Amino acid sequence: MAVVEAQDLHRTYRTSTGTLRRKWMNVEAVRGVSFGIEKGELFGLLGPNGAGKTTTIKMLITLLLPTSGTARVLGYDVVKDPREVRKRIGYVFGGERGVYERLSGYDNLRYFAELYGVPPKEIRPRIESLLELVGLKGREDERTEGYSRGMKQRLHIARGLLHDPPVVFLDEPTIGLDPVGARELRATIASLAEAGKTILLTTHYMFEADALCDRIAVIARGQIVAEGTPLELKRGVAQGAVVEVEVFGVPDGTVERVRGLQGVMSVSVEEREQAQVLIVQTGADVELTHSILGALNGANVGRISRREPTLEDAYVALVSEE
Amino acid sequence: MKTLRLLAVGWYYQFKMISRSPFEGIGQVIYPLFFATVAFFIFRASESPRTLLYAALGSAVMGMWSATSTTAGNAMQRERWHGTLESLVATPPHFGLVLLPITLAMSTIGIYCLVATLALGRFVFGIDLTVEHPLLFALAIVGAVVSFGSLGFLFAVSFVRFRAAWALGNLFEYPVWLIGGFLVPLVLLPEWVRPISWALAPTWGMSAIREAALGGSPLPDLLLCLGLGAIYVALGLAMLERVLSAARKRGALALS
Repeated sequence: MAVVEAQDLHRTYRTSTGTLRRKWMNVEAVRGVSFGIEKGELFGLLGPNGAGKTTTIKMLITLLLPTSGTARVLGYDVVKDPREVRKRIGYVFGGERGVYERLSGYDNLRYFAELYGVPPKEIRPRIESLLELVGLKGREDERTEGYSRGMKQRLHIARGLLHDPPVVFLDEPTIGLDPVGARELRATIASLAEAGKTILLTTHYMFEADALCDRIAVIARGQIVAEGTPLELKRGVAQGAVVEVEVFGVPDGTVERVRGLQGVMSVSVEEREQAQVLIVQTGADVELTHSILGALNGANVGRISRREPTLEDAYVALVSEE
Repeated sequence: MKTLRLLAVGWYYQFKMISRSPFEGIGQVIYPLFFATVAFFIFRASESPRTLLYAALGSAVMGMWSATSTTAGNAMQRERWHGTLESLVATPPHFGLVLLPITLAMSTIGIYCLVATLALGRFVFGIDLTVEHPLLFALAIVGAVVSFGSLGFLFAVSFVRFRAAWALGNLFEYPVWLIGGFLVPLVLLPEWVRPISWALAPTWGMSAIREAALGGSPLPDLLLCLGLGAIYVALGLAMLERVLSAARKRGALALS
C-alpha cells in the first residue's frame, strides 16, 4: 500500500469579480490528480506557478477539502480522519511567513512541540538536535524577526520535524533562497530521505527535482502531464533538438509564428541582459533554423546554437503543451 | 493533564507575544486610564466615597472588556497576517484547545487595565479603595478574566471563518460598556435591554467584582459569570468544527 495516495483529486474555487454587479465563476485549480508515493520515496511534484502544486499539497495535509476525489496518508482519509493524518505528517511551506516573529526560534519550536504532543521529557533534546540539523544552533534565543529568509526556512523545517513524522510535505522549501542557502537546504532534504522519511516535495526548479527526487510528476494547469523517474522523463525528449536564437527585441507575434511551424514542440523566451533568447524545441531529424529566422521578421539576431535537449527542456515542453 | 498543559503552554506563549507588542501595548496603557479619568470627573460630583469606588471598578472593567473584545479579533487577524493560522489548524489537537489560550491571553491583559485604573484612582484622584472581601474580590477578577476570554473565544471562532469579523469585536466594545452596567446601573436601562445584559458574562463579572468590593455577596454573580463563560466555550466548540470545515471548503484559511 502506498504511503500517500491521491485518487482523481479535483479542487474548484469559487471567485467573484465586480462590486455591485457581482459575477461568480469557478476556477479549477486541480483537475483530476492521481499519484501514489511508496514508503521512503522522495516524490517531486514539479510545475510552474499556478499549476496546482500548493492546492494539491494543501488537500493532502488537510488544510483544504477536495471538491471531489479521495486522498489517503498512511491509510487515513484526509477528509474523514484529518486529526489522524495531522499526527503523522510534517509540512514545510516556503516563504518567510508562518513563524511567530515576536518569539525566539526556540520558543517557536517549544510552542509547536506542545501542539504536536511531543512528550515533555523529549522536547528539549528534540529541539536541540533539530537546531543542530538545520544549522540554527547558537541563534535559537534570538527573536525570529531578525532572522534572514534562509534561517526562517530552516526553522520551518525544524518545526515540521518536531514530532518525528514518517511523512513530510515540503512546499517549495527553497523558494527565494540564495544559492548557498538553497544548496544547504537541499542537503538537509537529502538527509531526511536517507533517514527513511517519505517525502513529497513541490518545486518549480527542474534541477532541484532532478537532484533530489526518486520520482517526479509534472503538473500543469491542474493536471499531471508526465510521471516517472528523472531518467525516464529525460529519455522522453532525448530524441529532439533545441535551437537557441539570441534576438535583440523579439517582434510581436513571433512566439506564435514559431510555434505554428511544422516540427516545433515548444517555444519559450528567456531574458538575458539586453537580449532575449528564443528557445525552440524541435522534433528529431528536423532542421528548422531557417524557418525560425524567417519567422523573426528581420529582427536583429545575435548568436544561434543547436544542442541536445536537457531535462529542463523536457519540463518546458510538458508544461507549455496546450 | 495533557490538555491542561497544552492550554497553559499556549497561554504562556501567546501572552508573551502580546506583551511584546509596543503598539498594542500603548493602546492598553492609555485607553483604560483615559476612560477612568473621564469617569472619575463625572462621578466626583457625588460626595459619597463609595460612589467613586463604584466608578473606579466600572471603568477598570471597561478597560478589561475593551482589551478582550478588540484584541480577540486582532489576534486572529495577526495569525492570518503572519501566516500562522494554517500552521495552527494543521496541528493535531482540537482547534478549540489551540484557540482558547489565545483569547485567554488577551483577557489576561485586562488585569493590567484593572490594576492601572485602580492605581490612577488611588494616587491621582485619592479614591479610597478599601475592599470588603479581598479574597472574593480576587476570585471575582479571575472569574471575570476567564469569562471574558470565553466570550472572546466565541468571537474568535467566527473570525476563523470570516476575515473581516475583527470589526465585530470593535462593534461590541461600546454597547457592552452600557448594557453590562459598567458605569450606568442596569435599572436605569429600558426593560427590553435587560435580558441582553443578563446573557452577557461581563454583566455578572462586573456585578461580582462590585459586590466583593462594596460588601455584598458576590458568589451567585460569580457563578453566573463562570456558567455563562462555560456556555460560550461550549457554543464555540460546537460551532468550531463546522466553521473550520467551511473554511477548508472555501480555502479561507490562507487568506490574510
